[in-house]
Amino acid sequence: MATAFDLNNDGVVVIIGSGAGGGTLGNELAQKGVDVVILEAGARHEYEDFINDEWDSFTQLAWKDKRTTSGDWRVAKDFPNLPAWIVKSVGGSTTHWAGASLRFQEHEFKALSTYGKVESATLLDWPITLAEMEPYYAKAEAKMGVTGTNDWPRLPGNNNFKVLKAGADKLGYKECHTGNMAINSVERDDRLSCQQTGFCFQGCKWGAKWSTLYTEIPKGEATGHLEVRPNAMAIKINHDASGKVTGVVYADKDGKLQEQKARIVAVAGNSIESPRLLLNSSSGKFPDGLANSSGQVGKNYMRHTTGSVYAIFDKPVHMYRGTTMAGIIRDEARHDPSRGFVGGYEFETLSLGLPFMAAFLDPGAWGRSFTTALDHYDHMAGLWIVGEDMPRAENRVTLHADMKDEHGMPIAEVHFDDHPNDTAMRNHAYKQASALYAAVGATRTFPTPPYPSTHNLGTNRMSEKAADGVVNKHGQSHDIKNLFVSDGSQFTTGAAENPTLTIVSLAIRQADYIAAQMSAKTI
Amino acid sequence: MVTIYDGKPGLSRRELLKRGGIGALLVISGSAVISPEHAWGLETSALKPETMATLIQMARDIYPHDQVPDKYYAIAVKGHDEQAGKDSAYKTMIEDGIAELDKKSGDGGYRGLGWEEQRVAVLKQIEATPFFQAIRGGLVVSLYNQKEVWPIFGYEGESFSKGGYIARGFNDIEWL
Ligand SMILES: Cc1cc2nc3c(=O)[nH]c(=O)nc-3n(C[C@H](O)[C@H](O)[C@H](O)COP(=O)(O)OP(=O)(O)OC[C@H]3O[C@@H](n4cnc5c(N)ncnc54)[C@H](O)[C@@H]3O)c2cc1C
Ligand code: SF4
Repeated sequence: MATAFDLNNDGVVVIIGSGAGGGTLGNELAQKGVDVVILEAGARHEYEDFINDEWDSFTQLAWKDKRTTSGDWRVAKDFPNLPAWIVKSVGGSTTHWAGASLRFQEHEFKALSTYGKVESATLLDWPITLAEMEPYYAKAEAKMGVTGTNDWPRLPGNNNFKVLKAGADKLGYKECHTGNMAINSVERDDRLSCQQTGFCFQGCKWGAKWSTLYTEIPKGEATGHLEVRPNAMAIKINHDASGKVTGVVYADKDGKLQEQKARIVAVAGNSIESPRLLLNSSSGKFPDGLANSSGQVGKNYMRHTTGSVYAIFDKPVHMYRGTTMAGIIRDEARHDPSRGFVGGYEFETLSLGLPFMAAFLDPGAWGRSFTTALDHYDHMAGLWIVGEDMPRAENRVTLHADMKDEHGMPIAEVHFDDHPNDTAMRNHAYKQASALYAAVGATRTFPTPPYPSTHNLGTNRMSEKAADGVVNKHGQSHDIKNLFVSDGSQFTTGAAENPTLTIVSLAIRQADYIAAQMSAKTI
Repeated sequence: MVTIYDGKPGLSRRELLKRGGIGALLVISGSAVISPEHAWGLETSALKPETMATLIQMARDIYPHDQVPDKYYAIAVKGHDEQAGKDSAYKTMIEDGIAELDKKSGDGGYRGLGWEEQRVAVLKQIEATPFFQAIRGGLVVSLYNQKEVWPIFGYEGESFSKGGYIARGFNDIEWL
């Protein structure tokens, strides 16, 4: 039986959220002997409980509490109450995620200096460099079992990858392989290797894909220093007269409000919930919300420039067999403004099952043009575009003016307008991907609009100067010494790469910092 | 309650054929929509059976798949009958929506229009209405989420119990 800490124990570190950031930080601290309570809004489902069925799995794992959206992005029209496709469950979105684990490129930590000022974007350099991150990237890759690192072989390519690779070769792309995936290519860490089941987004029933749910969390629990409290929705962070945070008010499984006292609070609820919680914790002393003297909490919301391209061939592909994200092309990830935009993007294979394909291929569409695409579902190949999007002050998470959730907490409103740079990049990627599939004989291609955001970033950004952001280079809030942010909302800019490896690396680094500060008694 | 009769239990194929006329696609009988050709029937409780028959045709016109039998479209729209039974405003929306569709379609009503293009032209006129949006929005899940239709599209569904695809063709593409 895992340890349980008393509500009045004010020596614990309280972490909000058990996903990539929170789950990792919790285990890292527990390994160092620091007592940790993780409050997790979702329930605990172990990997045997996962369901190989898209809608049933969505019902089991996804964050479905109401949110609202606005802005010119198409998600606001197609999915007005579902701006993001993320998880509410122990393990967070690492249950759903595909496992692509890429390091950022050096220049991406220096977006402002590299790209220069971009009109109506709030670009900034990170207060850390790639060189500082490298040892933590290495630790994260080792922890997560990332293929193509540490002598672990890459995964074998499935049908969808083979089509991608054939197209990449025809177009002259050089860097195309089956990726750096946090999926076991060999048995390790007491977990099986990938069985090519093809339901990575629905939670890996074999446990082959890394998720905090069955790696970090049980390891932390085994130390006796970590308690994960499921069905515990944090609502407000309390502070004392001096401005130090002192505890977290949460609704327990019965909806009853409790307060867990804390020495340190780390927020890791993903980039919509983390700013929502900080904003909702406003007080007489902090009328604009906690850690918000800069006014940056909730701003600079990023979600990557995304889109998909699916293509139909005259012969079968069966793209849904095997790993969902089965390969990558990295050639377009470079910064090369001659293409008409700053930053770069990656191509990664992607597959959806028939139910999700119907919902996401062209949301709202109907009639033969749409249905003849689905008629050839088993002849389809597909890829996903993931590129750097521009941070903007107006793209932001705010508290809804009048709508509240079941606990009386204002729901999150997510505003997003595409920056012209995002649009130019997406169009470039659509063209390249269509050409790629045409080169292997596609008879029809579909430039598919972005799905609800799976990557949510930037709403509590890291900055050198307190006036420009919410947290410092350790994720510690500029305003309150014992308040940390530990998820993707810390990102200063988005880079072209999928974010999770960086979130995990930052959490490992942050754990070192927190433990050192605790021993030094500075917090 | 909506009941789908699939051959036996309920109505026998002979009985279905007896009730239906030769050559009719969907036949209304009492409170049921019957497909004499394919031996199934759908009984309605809140909506008029004619309304249900039109909904089935409308569903096919929204997401036409010639290789998918009517039965699956019927299953996909039967939820509207259940919903109408619980919510009278919803029932009114559906009945009024169908009445409007029939009105716009001329004397023979919506189902009287012989060509898909003619029916689609009428649907285009009501595309923005909450009625159409409710039907289309529900259908995109209720049609494509039926496990029975997946094989028709070549989607194999659940694979964990079969050991994944590691030994079942994850990389069997041969034409590249
Ligand atoms: C379908 C899909 C595919 C993806 N594929 C990839 C990929 O291949 N590579 C990659 O790098 N990334 C991928 N991602 C993104 C990745 O999952 C996220 O970047 C990552 O999990 C974010 O980590 P996080 O710690 O910020 O938040 P999460 O992992 O989302 O965890 C946040 C947790 O906090 C909990 N929480 C929120 N608010 C509260 C509250 N108030 N009180 C208590 N608990 C709260 C939530 O319930 C959740 O469990 C994918 C995501 C999805 C959905
Ligand atoms: S394809 Fe591999 S990683 Fe994905 S769910 Fe199946 S076993 Fe897990």
